[in-house]
Amino acid sequence: MNYFELFRFTPAFTIDTALLAERYRELQRAVHPDKFANDTEQQKLLSVQRTAQINDGFQTLKDPIRRAEHMLALRGIDLSHETTTVKDTQFLMQQMEWREALEDISHSQVPEPMIDGLYQSFAAYQAELTQLLAALLDSELQADWLLAADQVRKLKFMAKLHNELTRAEDALFD
Amino acid sequence: MAYSEKVIDHYENPRNVGSFDKNDPSVVTGMVGAPACGDVMKLQLKIGADGIIEDAKFKTYGCGSAIASSSLVTEWVKGKTVEQAASIKNTDIAEELALPPVKIHCSILAEDAIKAALDEYKSKQAQ
Repeated sequence: MNYFELFRFTPAFTIDTALLAERYRELQRAVHPDKFANDTEQQKLLSVQRTAQINDGFQTLKDPIRRAEHMLALRGIDLSHETTTVKDTQFLMQQMEWREALEDISHSQVPEPMIDGLYQSFAAYQAELTQLLAALLDSELQADWLLAADQVRKLKFMAKLHNELTRAEDALFD
Repeated sequence: MAYSEKVIDHYENPRNVGSFDKNDPSVVTGMVGAPACGDVMKLQLKIGADGIIEDAKFKTYGCGSAIASSSLVTEWVKGKTVEQAASIKNTDIAEELALPPVKIHCSILAEDAIKAALDEYKSKQAQ
């Protein structure tokens, strides 16, 4: 299933999110179960399946990591079920340091500046990775797509870190 | 999800947590990560001149199975030769800890951590 086609977009990493939301509502209206109230069971089932597809397509295109994964999958590079191990030592050292910093938050007397600092560091690095990812996905070369996959993997680590930071922050104010 | 007793034991009482001085010439480090879950694992081995692993330490940020896998590996590699350590398979780890299929990747990560550390050992030896 090509979700870009479903939402009538040209496959590209940069997406108009307002237009995406608009097309989502359009598609949803077209398959609303109420419209099929008088139809056969089979048609009702089809409409349910179609709704699930539209929802999944929307979630996929909305999220930059999932959008990039979808683009790569359409190009024959499947990242969603992989168990690849990342061995980029420098990157992983940085991940370790950030995880250690997250642990320090709970022991700190003045955690707020630490939290703000980490949010800023994460955002800066995520922006850097995303920019590189966009450029690599624009390329016609398969070698670049494989490099794009590496950026997606790194962004997944960053998403995890970001969640952990939000959790650490929430825990402070509970 | 239900963890096995062995996973819980390693998770609650992890063996050999910590770090060695990375400037110690007998210490090698394996750093690995799993993008699917964001787990990060560091395994350090202290290897004697005779090629026997004298000591091991780990630090893992991840789920209970990832922590248990790395903790178990530090116990297993101690006293082994480099060659014996290299032959440890993820299936051995998964079997010992009774990992469910969705957690097999944690044992793969631990095996890859041993390999990464031993890769550094080999490149150090070659120098």
